[in-house]
Amino acid sequence: MKRAVVLYLHVHQPFRVRDYTIFDAGFDHNYFSDANYHARTSNEQILHKVAAKSYIPTNKRLLAILTKHPEFRLSMSITGTVLEQLEMWSPEALQSFKDLVATGRVEIVAETYYHSLAFFYSRFEFEKQVRMHHDKVRDVFGVFPKVFRNTELSYNNDLAAWAEQAGYKGIITEGWDPVLDWRSPNFVYRPRYTENIRLLMKNYRMSDDIAFRFSDKQWSEWPLTAEKFARWVNELDDKQTNVNLFMDYETFGEHQWHETGIFDFLEHLPVELLKTEGNGFMTISEAIDAFEPVDTVDVPETITWADTERDLSAWVGNAMQQQAITELYSMEDDILASGDRQLIDDWRRLQTSDHVYYMCTKYFTDGDVHAYFSPYESPYDGFIAFCNALKDVRLRAIKAREGRSERWPGR
Amino acid sequence: MKILMLGWELPPHNSGGLGVACYQLSRALAAQGVAIDFVLPYDAPHDIDFMKVTPAMPITAEKLANLGGAYESYCYHCETETCDHVTPKDLRGQQQRYTAFVEEYLMDKSPDIIHAHDWLTFEAGMRAKQITGKPLVAHVHATEFDRSGEHNGNPLVHEIEYNALHMADRVVAVSQVTKDIIVRGYGIPADKIQVVHNSIDPGDFTDVSFAGSYVYLEEMKKRGYKVVVSLGRLTVQKGLRYLIQAAERVVNRNEKVLFLIAGDGELRNELLEQAAELGIAHNIIFTGFLRGQRWRDAYAIGDMFVMPSVSEPFGLTALEAAGTGNAVLLSRQSGAGEVLKSVLKFDFWDTDKLANYILAVAEQPVLQHALMHNVQSEFARLSWHDVAKKCQDLYQNLHTAEAVTV
Repeated sequence: MKRAVVLYLHVHQPFRVRDYTIFDAGFDHNYFSDANYHARTSNEQILHKVAAKSYIPTNKRLLAILTKHPEFRLSMSITGTVLEQLEMWSPEALQSFKDLVATGRVEIVAETYYHSLAFFYSRFEFEKQVRMHHDKVRDVFGVFPKVFRNTELSYNNDLAAWAEQAGYKGIITEGWDPVLDWRSPNFVYRPRYTENIRLLMKNYRMSDDIAFRFSDKQWSEWPLTAEKFARWVNELDDKQTNVNLFMDYETFGEHQWHETGIFDFLEHLPVELLKTEGNGFMTISEAIDAFEPVDTVDVPETITWADTERDLSAWVGNAMQQQAITELYSMEDDILASGDRQLIDDWRRLQTSDHVYYMCTKYFTDGDVHAYFSPYESPYDGFIAFCNALKDVRLRAIKAREGRSERWPGR
Repeated sequence: MKILMLGWELPPHNSGGLGVACYQLSRALAAQGVAIDFVLPYDAPHDIDFMKVTPAMPITAEKLANLGGAYESYCYHCETETCDHVTPKDLRGQQQRYTAFVEEYLMDKSPDIIHAHDWLTFEAGMRAKQITGKPLVAHVHATEFDRSGEHNGNPLVHEIEYNALHMADRVVAVSQVTKDIIVRGYGIPADKIQVVHNSIDPGDFTDVSFAGSYVYLEEMKKRGYKVVVSLGRLTVQKGLRYLIQAAERVVNRNEKVLFLIAGDGELRNELLEQAAELGIAHNIIFTGFLRGQRWRDAYAIGDMFVMPSVSEPFGLTALEAAGTGNAVLLSRQSGAGEVLKSVLKFDFWDTDKLANYILAVAEQPVLQHALMHNVQSEFARLSWHDVAKKCQDLYQNLHTAEAVTV
């Protein structure tokens, strides 16, 4: 095979915190379930909407493509929180994901169960969440992931070293220019300070042509057709082995609506690409097996796939975010010692990175992409609801500790 | 371009934001080369050199204010004996005398546009349009619906507003909130109304100095207390009884929050009683009427500024609070919220939400600082120049349209 397209889709929904006020804190421990189904923070309503607009129609087409083209492959990561929501609120969509994986040509990628930034705050908690995700994927899909992705494709040398010792054969991140320098993302690389693990890096220009620019009528390449995209792939240098198209799953039907023609594009892309001999599709693992690494990539500072900065500033860039996340992880010992499974689960759900993302004030006044994804009226509202929930979580942990010292005085 | 500007007050003789807006808009327009003749009802010394100020009546600003100001439309009424405008004894009489002056004044003048600000000058504006045949711009800083809060308002004032807004060639509303009220309340077609938000010139406000007028509050702040400030007339429009309801919820949870209610008005005693009945009087401080240094210091002492208005066409004080280091909390019924983004918004009646916000800001310093810094940087980008530019475009369009029809 001359060249492989490595398509990777990320599926995730957080448990959004409802409009939880200071007057709820202290006695109402329900942070995530909005009594009003139509509220902006209603997780059930959002899941229903996304399942109907994106998951179900996209999986239907992906399954049709897999049936029609034996050459077609893709990879997916799917968080524990969205799996829980699918189990509760859309068994139909969950079944459609299972059907894809059952073809044996859809690889599931490992990550943290809660889509958290735990790697940067608590290695112990991080490893626990990776194990939880591993178990969930085994239970739901019956498969064992071999490739790792961290939340928001956040990545650095430490993470690669961790993933290698944890036994993963591959890891993925953003193909960010300052890291790659003159090099192309269309190869397999080896992370610095590792031996056996391989690194695949997102071709963000071509990925974002689909994920962000597809429906942008101001874009000079609009409208983007499958034929045109296939031509761009064919025009790449002959030596480049793998084009890594990494994006949010919700690109199909949610970020790019049905009306934009995104589903037609998806259906026709394999047809157009496979017209040229030597073109094919691979899962991430297959690409790692097929191609030798061409070079070593050194990433001392953390990179992500977000915003123009490609760092963690969308999550921990301002003082509110830093306080929220520091406070959250500072409770770890008390929470775990409580032995209260519900409390521990609530605390972990609050670790989902989306919560701090909603508090991002970058470009807020210009009304941008951050606002589009937020269920809150403003970053400040997101912070207030989160901190009120956190107050209640802390109080529960304190009460649990007091209970322990009553039972075992002197400890 | 020559503009006949009809207004009821200018600083320093203003009773509220109306005078400030008229002054700042005129100054910015004049700086862009517009010639303005501003007709005021009273005669008082000014240090205004950028436009011509014409007094309509030989009466002092204080005397006129005693008869009632633009905001006191509720006490505006017509008694047959005072409708003689030669020796007017009330607001109605003054208004008629103002209109009579404008009629006479226009005998030998020909402005290009007539620009009238709020109901007290609308009758004069309509007469000026009839006499000169020139386009009338009716600038709405507040409607009778706003001033009367949740009540019905004065039917005489409604009638004046209804007539003028229909007769005007173009209506300017200071916010979308106000535009919606004009469309709903007076049946004016939406495309006849242009929203031109008020603004502020940061330079004018940031170089004023702050003195320590509130020693007690400073001492309390050193001891961990937070200060919530509200500035304005104590009228139904301003929604202060909702703030006091919210204050009860706040103080019951955190007694280290103090409320500074700056301003005066007919509701003061009622609000005092309300605070006492709720048992939170020791946390609520009424300053009475403020001006100058004490007014500015009220902004400076605040950790957060709350505007709980039931209906606030704009609310310039919110912009001033934004520029002076406050976190800003605005009711959704306040027009300033259309200009400021980094603020917390609530419905005026949602006192639980307001209490939740106040506690969050009081207890989370990072939230207070984020709100404060971000709204301050928005403040720094504001200017009256842009507002004047919009008005000029509007004048130009009317002028051109008039030339075509003639």
